[in-house]
Amino acid sequence: MFDLIKYKNLFIGISLVMLTLAIISIFTYGFKEGIDFAGGTLWQVRFSSQEVSVPELETYLKTTFGIENLLVTAGSENGVMMIRTNELSENQHQEYMTQLQENFGQVEELRFESIGPVIGAELKSKAIWAFILVLFGISLYIAFAFRKVSYPVSSWKYGIATLICLFHDAIIPTGLYAWWGSMKGLEIDTNFIVAILTIMGFSVHDTIVVFDRIRENLIVHKGKKLGEIINISINQTFARSINTTLTLVIVLIALYLFGAATLSYFVLLILIGTIIGTYSSIFMASPLLTYLQNK
Amino acid sequence: MKSKNLSLFILVLMLTVLAVFFVYPKAPIGGYISQYMPWKLGLDLVGGSYLVYEVDMSNIASADKDSVINGLRDVIEKRVNLFGVAEPRITTSRAGENYRLNVELAGIKDVKEAINQIGETPFLQFAEVNQVEIPATATTSATQAQEFIPSELNGRYIKGAQLTLSDLGMPLVSIEFNAEGAKLFEELTRKNIGKPLAIFLDNNLISAPRVDEAIAGGRAQITGINDAKEAKLLVERFNAGALPAPIKLINQQTVSASLGQDSLQKTIWAGLLGTLAVMLFIVLYYHGLGFFASIALFMYIALTLAVFKVFSVTMSLAGIAGFVLSIGMAVDANVLIFERTKEEMKKGLQRITSLDEGFRRAWTSIRDSNLTTILTTIILYNFTSGFVKGFALTLLIGVLVSMFTAITVTRNLLRIFYAKDLVVKK
Repeated sequence: MFDLIKYKNLFIGISLVMLTLAIISIFTYGFKEGIDFAGGTLWQVRFSSQEVSVPELETYLKTTFGIENLLVTAGSENGVMMIRTNELSENQHQEYMTQLQENFGQVEELRFESIGPVIGAELKSKAIWAFILVLFGISLYIAFAFRKVSYPVSSWKYGIATLICLFHDAIIPTGLYAWWGSMKGLEIDTNFIVAILTIMGFSVHDTIVVFDRIRENLIVHKGKKLGEIINISINQTFARSINTTLTLVIVLIALYLFGAATLSYFVLLILIGTIIGTYSSIFMASPLLTYLQNK
Repeated sequence: MKSKNLSLFILVLMLTVLAVFFVYPKAPIGGYISQYMPWKLGLDLVGGSYLVYEVDMSNIASADKDSVINGLRDVIEKRVNLFGVAEPRITTSRAGENYRLNVELAGIKDVKEAINQIGETPFLQFAEVNQVEIPATATTSATQAQEFIPSELNGRYIKGAQLTLSDLGMPLVSIEFNAEGAKLFEELTRKNIGKPLAIFLDNNLISAPRVDEAIAGGRAQITGINDAKEAKLLVERFNAGALPAPIKLINQQTVSASLGQDSLQKTIWAGLLGTLAVMLFIVLYYHGLGFFASIALFMYIALTLAVFKVFSVTMSLAGIAGFVLSIGMAVDANVLIFERTKEEMKKGLQRITSLDEGFRRAWTSIRDSNLTTILTTIILYNFTSGFVKGFALTLLIGVLVSMFTAITVTRNLLRIFYAKDLVVKK
């Protein structure tokens, strides 16, 4: 039988290192807010009759329209360009489009999003609220669901262990994302928040399976030490924790490899978060219970 | 007991077959159904525009705000219907003191034209005029200034408009109010006999005729438009509906149809491949049990899609992604049950008892983990907007249906085909 409790400091240590790296990454690289939070325009166009390079388009937009705050990136397909700038009015949008077509021949508009700063601020505050609600909602539910197992571990301790795991599972992918973001120009947007919240919703599944088994074993193996019971429970549930994660991972990999390109970072984030969530469920949640119990 | 299992199984099987015909557009009957009840695809997939307008309510009494916003929605809906969007969706929302109008135009070819049309909807407002004396100061002599007090009467009460010519050959725009508007107009004119009544169009004062008597019957004439062409245009615009409050476009999301189509194809393929891989995995790992779980998974997919269609859930790209994720989760319950069943079998229990124990003992975990997901999706649904709302909704419906298929349906399948087998073998 695998002795998890013996190595608990090692596993928690690994988590602490990952957490620290993630937090350092968040503070070093910071985040760029997407247009849905900061307000602004995202404009995706395809130049089909004439090749246009990024600097060429950038200079053109700057000189012709006097756009100050501008970022042009090449899309994944040929001739597709992403233009990010301040909020544009519909009049500006139409005027610029006409100008572009006059200058570069056939230009097809694939996507145009313009979001005012008011809406952005609202979405941002909603996202933060959603995060807090999910974090505490799940933890409180766990404390509630385990309310009948009061001896020897009181139910709020399950809740606190869950809360710490959820935080862990949210922060590590966020740190990774901040690091990628600095390299690939990724932004914090609604999709990112949804991905993180989804990770939190999923990662708690495996934690519940382990806790549920601990709850059961506390009755079956009355008199044994908590550490022993945790070891038994982890070993008994190991295969199912891995398998439930695997089915999700399979689907996520399929979505990542073959799904729409617009979703790829969203899927990748959930994929990484799911794996981290499984790690925390097996190697972190129950050792945390023993720490909480020793106090 | 057994016949009860069997009849439930047959019922679910029939439902599944129906669901397949119902959701698959290329099936013989499905194609027929799809004509009348097509899939509702999000505008990120079929292309289209999502517009958010801020409504300026600064001149409207707080008691009237709700009726104004509803009137506004009707006017815009009428407008949008004019240029033939298949299914425009216009909703209103409120953020604090701000009122908004959300316009979804799916499958629209010319977004530019649509925005222009909406933007051209005139905002008409009648205002009372107050003469204010501005006392003389050291440098100026006493003057008169006009103060305008917006009345309740505005474009929302317009029934129709006509172009006529005055005796002098000047264009006249005659507007006809509906019953409610007629009453307001009569009151307003009675109150202001001998005083001017100002008419504002898109916040510009166009004329302020003197009221000679109370006007009943709900007809008013607008003079002061000198250009016949302009007057004609105004009549057209009034006939298409006039706004009760000014609006401003504050948010626009437009996606072209070609981008959406490509995303849809790819994501459906990814979902299909993912499903097959999951089925392969559980069959390889759990053998017979896995086979039945795969059948249950297939039923899950057919039934969930049917639920989406029955409730006409809009399928956006994020929504489809949420559904595909739920496929990966739908078998989780089966994995938990099967692992438990294997454990019970190791204890030396009979197969049928082990199965029952497996289902019974795995239930608390399944319940708790599904409830946390339901909690998360409900929070997500209420705290997001636009495309990602679909993700939360499909995931939520998926979890609910999967609790039925992964538990009830699998259990039935196993009781009928699997447990029986073993009893015979023994």
